[in-house]
Amino acid sequence: MEGNVRRYLGRKILIYGLTFFLAVTIDWLIPRFMPGDPIANMLARVSVNSNAAQVMHDYYSHVFGLDLPIWQQYLNFWGSLLQGDLGKSVYLFPKPVVRVIIDAVPYDILLLLPSILLSWYAGNHFGAFAARSRWLDNTVSPIGYILTATPYMWLGILLSWFFGIVLGKFPIAGAYSFDVRPTLSLSFIGNVLHHWFLPFASLFLVGFGGWAIGMRNMVIYELEADYSHYLEALGAPKKLVRKYAFQNGVLPQITGLALQLGVIVAGALVTEVVFSYPGIGSLLLNAIQNQDYFLIQGCFLFIIIGVLLANFAIDIAYCIVDPRTRRGMTGETA
Amino acid sequence: MKKLKKNEFLYFALRNTKLQVGLGVVLLFLALTLAGPLLVRNDPLAYVNLAGAQPPSSRYWFGTTFFGQDVFAQFVVGLRATFVVGVIGGGLGTLIGLLVGFTAGYRGGIVDELLGMLTNIVLVIPTLAVLLIIAAYLQVRSLFTECIFIGLTAWPWVARAVRAQTFTLRTRDFVDLARMSGRKSLQIIFAEIAPNMMSYLVMAFILQFGGAILIAATLDFIGLGPTNTISLGLMMQYAVMWGALLLGMWWWFLPPGLGITAIVGGLYVMNVGLDEVFNPKLREM
Repeated sequence: MEGNVRRYLGRKILIYGLTFFLAVTIDWLIPRFMPGDPIANMLARVSVNSNAAQVMHDYYSHVFGLDLPIWQQYLNFWGSLLQGDLGKSVYLFPKPVVRVIIDAVPYDILLLLPSILLSWYAGNHFGAFAARSRWLDNTVSPIGYILTATPYMWLGILLSWFFGIVLGKFPIAGAYSFDVRPTLSLSFIGNVLHHWFLPFASLFLVGFGGWAIGMRNMVIYELEADYSHYLEALGAPKKLVRKYAFQNGVLPQITGLALQLGVIVAGALVTEVVFSYPGIGSLLLNAIQNQDYFLIQGCFLFIIIGVLLANFAIDIAYCIVDPRTRRGMTGETA
Repeated sequence: MKKLKKNEFLYFALRNTKLQVGLGVVLLFLALTLAGPLLVRNDPLAYVNLAGAQPPSSRYWFGTTFFGQDVFAQFVVGLRATFVVGVIGGGLGTLIGLLVGFTAGYRGGIVDELLGMLTNIVLVIPTLAVLLIIAAYLQVRSLFTECIFIGLTAWPWVARAVRAQTFTLRTRDFVDLARMSGRKSLQIIFAEIAPNMMSYLVMAFILQFGGAILIAATLDFIGLGPTNTISLGLMMQYAVMWGALLLGMWWWFLPPGLGITAIVGGLYVMNVGLDEVFNPKLREM
């Protein structure tokens, strides 16, 4: 029994390990084999005096280590990566990339964790509730489809425009007002929540629509399955049949959550851009506009690591929820 | 027998409101895109209105941007970009997924293991992050390269579905018979297996179509869109960047998002309708 879980998770870890390896390789490969001179491009964008430019040029040439043999460059890249060295940011020179990103990550967690978990939970329950109930289905499903088809940034733009500009109820930029200082006071937390609400709401709504529809379809499949009809024929109460349908339908939704993570993170990036929320998304926009390649590469790695860790957490949750993974019957494999 | 089956699908397709509504919306926008050149009087990127931003009027149907560009012209040309991304990006994704899935499911064994590993890896990687880092290093980006990159990263969903389907089909009697009669693998795949999963492929393509549109919008919005044309995502990026929200220029940022939402939503609803047509259990009596 223990062995089965270990094999299941071991297989997953192998995949994640390979993925991480591939991601780091891409991160190393692309700057070196793309046309053009990234260092020159990068430095052309920042207007510093020629002395400083020379220092920066030397620094970046050294970091790229372009005079070394290619395999040596690759190994060095891994070496410095494992020491937590992702180079220095260009437009925030000489701040290390890792420092810049770690300052931004808490805002991403603050935004992503509640919106993912709440939208998943609420969407599933609502979708299961709406399934095969004609009246609810006819009103809820269309709204769900519209929400899940909405590009994240557009919903963000709409909310920010309507609640921020037209009604003037919510701030539309930043994580807290410029005139308050970060302290652990009630008024500061209130201020942060006030700024947090709209970006959270737009992430929540898009996710909610998707999960609700997914669960609705899943429950309909389950209710039409033979075991449901059998239970009905035995005279089981409707509530019990629906309960089983929900329990079976929720498993693919867990797998779905793992598979959707990349899309959700992408959605969070653009939502942050809309609301100028100081997470990785805004950082990335600045990095792209300033052609700060080291920062872009750092963000890329952080996003990958974050998604892999979240995937692993979901795998563990899946092992706990689905008894088949424990008994060695192959359950859903993601 | 075959004819009767076709008619049955047609019978339900003509009576499925979801399919009709979804298809109707998509066709409406497609018609606007195709008729676009007749309706548009201005170059989408030219600064035609010297007065700058103006709300919709009879002269500029969707108003003008901060710089006096014709929003309607941008919208119509942006719609074209959206459909191009959907067809090429989504089509390429479906095609690659189809090939990988077929090969893995039909060959089985070590080939299946390796392809499965590859599929899982590409599935786990947040594709946008990969697209982002590639696009960031390209100085000049065209709509076509964007489509290719999206297609190259979007296929794992299709591969998984197709593999699972092929797996169940390949052990059926009629496939065994074909194999015993000495036909080649490729012939069996295309003559025996593929027709039985046509419905899956159509639906997979529709989902890829919609997915590619959303990915392209995200890339464009974050500043990595095509550098030589306009798209709906780029319109939204410019609108936000130049303060359309603060200035209350709703005519600038409403149309592009509305266009994407309507097309992608139409595709999704159409897909559910098709599912009901193909799968008798889901039909609402």
